[in-house]
This record gives sequence, C-alpha cells and structure tokens, in this order.
Amino acid sequence: MTYQPSELQLERVAYKRSRAVRSVLIAAASTAVLGTVLVVAVTGSPGWQKVKETFLDLDTARSSLPAILDGLVLNLWLLLFCALGALALGLLVAVVKTLRGAVFFPVRALATAYTYGFRGMPLIIVLYVLCYGVPGLRFSWTPPVVVLGGIAIVVTYAAYIAEVFRAGIESVHPSQRAAARSLGLTYWQTMRHIVLPQAVRRVTPALLNDLVALQKDVGLVSIAGVIDAVRAAQIEVATSYNFTPYIIAGLIFVLLAIPLIAVTDWVTLRAARRQSAGGTS
Amino acid sequence: MPRARFALAVGSAALLALAGCGTAADKKSDTKPDAFGCTADKLPTLAKGKLTFGTDNPVYGPWFVDNKPESGQGFESAVAYAVADKLGFPKDQVVWTRVTFNAAIAPGPKAYDIDINEFSITEDRKKAVDFSTGYYDVKQTVIALKSSKIAGATSIAALKGAKLGAQVGTTSYKAITDVIKPTDKPGVYNNNDDAKAALANGTLDGLVVDLPTAFYMTGAEIKDSVIVGQLPPLPGVQQEQFGLVLDKGSKLTGCVSQAVDQLRSNGKLAELAKQWLAGADGARELS
Repeated sequence: MTYQPSELQLERVAYKRSRAVRSVLIAAASTAVLGTVLVVAVTGSPGWQKVKETFLDLDTARSSLPAILDGLVLNLWLLLFCALGALALGLLVAVVKTLRGAVFFPVRALATAYTYGFRGMPLIIVLYVLCYGVPGLRFSWTPPVVVLGGIAIVVTYAAYIAEVFRAGIESVHPSQRAAARSLGLTYWQTMRHIVLPQAVRRVTPALLNDLVALQKDVGLVSIAGVIDAVRAAQIEVATSYNFTPYIIAGLIFVLLAIPLIAVTDWVTLRAARRQSAGGTS
Repeated sequence: MPRARFALAVGSAALLALAGCGTAADKKSDTKPDAFGCTADKLPTLAKGKLTFGTDNPVYGPWFVDNKPESGQGFESAVAYAVADKLGFPKDQVVWTRVTFNAAIAPGPKAYDIDINEFSITEDRKKAVDFSTGYYDVKQTVIALKSSKIAGATSIAALKGAKLGAQVGTTSYKAITDVIKPTDKPGVYNNNDDAKAALANGTLDGLVVDLPTAFYMTGAEIKDSVIVGQLPPLPGVQQEQFGLVLDKGSKLTGCVSQAVDQLRSNGKLAELAKQWLAGADGARELS
C-alpha cells in the first residue's frame, strides 16, 4: 500500500511552504533595511572618507600583503607544532589525573597543580618568563626564542586540553570500565581500547574549539621578537601610518579559521545527532 | 584686545630694534608669534586656554625623565614646554595625556593638540598626520654588550651576520632592514624595555636605537654595553628628523612649525639638546 497524503495533509504542506516563503522574504527585507541603514550611516558619516583611506586602502593592502604572508608562515608552523604538542601533553596529563592508587599521589598532585596553575596564568606572562628568562640562564643549548615561545603556548594550552580530555574520560560510564576489567583487560588496555576512544569522540568539538583559539594565540610569540603575520602588519602600519594591513591580516585569519570552525560545527552536529538518536547509529 | 596686544608687541619690538642693543634680535624673535597671529587665545586648542601634549606610556630617557613628561625634565619634555611658551602657553596651561602609538596615528578626533614621542618625519606618514618642522636631527646607532661578537665592528658589513633587534614601528627597525640588511631576521620588540632585555640576556647581538637613546642605554641602563657605531640615513633620506605630530589638517600646524623654527634659529633647541642629550656626538660612524 503506497502512502497517499490526505487532502488535509496536502493543505498543511502547502500552508507550511507559504509560511516558509513568507518568513524568508521578511528576513531578506529586514536584512536589506538594516544593511542599508548601516551602510548609509557609516558612509555618510563626516569622517568616512578619512576612515576609508586609512583602513581600506588598496595600494597599502597590496604592498603589505607579501610581508603579512611571510609572517603567516610562522603562524602556520607554530599552529601545527603547538597543536600536536598541546594535544599530546594534555592527553598525558589527563590520563595521569585519572590514575588511582596511593602510590600515584605525587604525579596526580603534580598534574592537578599544573592544570590549576597554567589555566590561571596569563599566556603572555608565561611567554615572557620562557622567552626572556630562559635565555638569561645562558645555557649553551638554549633553543631559539621561537621554540621557547612554542613551549610556552604548548604548556598553557595543554592545561586546558587536559581538562577537556579528563571530562571526556570521566563521562565514560564506570560500568564500561568494570566490564572491560572483568573481561581480563589490564588498566592500560581498558584505557586504550575502551575509555579513550569514547572519551575523545565526545570531546572532539571542545578540542576543535580550543584549536581555533590556539590558531589566534600562536601569534603572541611575537612579544619574543619574532615576526608573525600580525606583527608584520603592525610594522607595515608603522611605516605608512595606514591601518589597512591590520584588516588584511584579520581577513587572512578569518579565512584560515573558517575551515576549522566549519569542521567543529559539523562534528558537533554529528555527535549531537548520534547521542540523541538513541541507538540508531 | 588681541589687536591691542599685537600693536603693543610690534611697538615694543620696534622700540627694541631702534634701541639697537646686542640682544635686540633675540627679543624680537620672542615676540614674533604675535606677529603671525599664533597667540594662545587665538589658537583652536582642544581645551580652551590649554595646550594638550600627547605622548606614549612609558616614555624613556633621555627624552623624558622618570616617565614624567609633565616635569619639564628630559629633552622632549623641555622642547614641549619651549614650544608651548612660544605659542603663549605658560607651564601651568600645558596638560599631558598618554596616547598609544596606534591611537596617535588613527583617524578620528585626537586626544592631543600636539604629540611628541620621537616621531620621525617621513613622506608616507605625512599622508596620515601633520608634522611640524623637525626639532631634532637623529642618527640610528647600534649598541651591543661588550662581550658581543659585534662590539668591535667598524663597518656595516661586519654587522651582516649579527642578530639585530629594534622596537616595532621605528625607523631603527627600518635601518636594520634597509641599511644593514642582515642575513638573520631582525628581532622586533613591543617596546625598548623588551628589546633591552633581549640584548641583555643574549638573544640579540646588537640593538638599534637613536643616538641619544644609545648613550642613555649604554651609560645608565645596560651594564657592560657599548655603542658600536652610527648608521648612515635610510636610502633616499637626506637627514632623519623628529617632528611634532598633529592631527591631519590641524589649524595649529603652521604655528607650531613657526615656533619650532624660531627655537632652532635662536639656539634654544641646541641649548636643550646640549643640556639633555649631552655627549651625543662622537660615536664612530659606520659605513
């Protein structure tokens, strides 16, 4: 027997469609009105010409772009290494924090002190201590300041990421752990095969969110003297007294973030669907 | 009232000139602003009857002393008060406001009438702000720790392999990239305190600052440091000069420039430079 919608149902569908069309039209109209008001208000302001020249100057944009892209290379390398480093260290700390047994108290206490300390400490201060303090010790093996800056970012972000991982680990129901142990799996096998896969999947959206934040914060190593994209823009601004390079750098960062944000949204949506679907996955 | 004062000024200047005494020329130039209509009561300043100077926070010696621009101590503070005096603002009618670099050059209403903070005059920058005529001829200078490999360098070529640094947004940084052109990327710091720290802890081989700052840093601030030498001006620049910054199209620019010109021609600028930037000659020139 094939499905035959009733007269009433067809009417309902038609009505729903008409309401949808109507709401789209209203949304479009109100957006157009608001947009027009904003554009007129901004471009009609007495200082618009000056602001346009200062923030949206094509010549300055063109001449500053190579320097900004040059600086962006540093941001991308740092993003890659800091993301991997922070994920690894965060996972390690999270696992250490879940260790049971009196003998592990010292490492547990250390891990707890670490996550408390570095979540509270402003990143810029960690950067100052590592990038200016460590070279001052004058070891013969002092790494370059950009590496020290990377380490500062890793230890700061790993503290956040550790807490995210820990939340994930604790969200796995104890019965899973008990079942695994009763099957004869060791603590590490249980962790590796039962707990972590579920934990990581549950906190992926939160982790990706931290990565988006990390992407912007890697540029803070510029306080150590290295030139990232934003610092390159700042140098261009100081040369020309024109702010357009900041806009260009900002747009590049947005373009970089969009894929990551889109992936975050998609993963979040998928996870939510799976969790609320109740066993259909 | 202004007219009466004008007549009086011209009259007294004429009298002094007629008297023919040796100091007549000086006296005459002192009253000159009136002749150009640059008097305190006619100038459209931000706050009526007051002249507002802007500068960054913190500010450094020898340009300012103890981060207190309002003390009149330090070269730029002294210049600011001398300019104010020329324009008819006595010391108690001068106010200071702290303006960051970005705020100083941004479009839109300015929080200052005149900003003084070692701003070098360049053609590019003139598109965004007004500059007075230059009040100080500046040379970029390399400093280093005595233990540094470049401490004894006598030529620019000897600096090419060094890790050099400068404060962000300065012509000192430009001097590294455009004059020295080192093989290693230069370090760029938020402010001179960070740059000094990087020099002191060995991250940098050398730091580029202007000459008076170089004397101040090597003499008073960084232990065991020396001036390596002075750099030639940037390509295409005859002589780098510091100028006072004013809002683009400010009605004060003409008057402020005249005041600076007079302070230069009557020897006041040289006198202040001698007082505050003493010893700022005689560093080796690198070529």
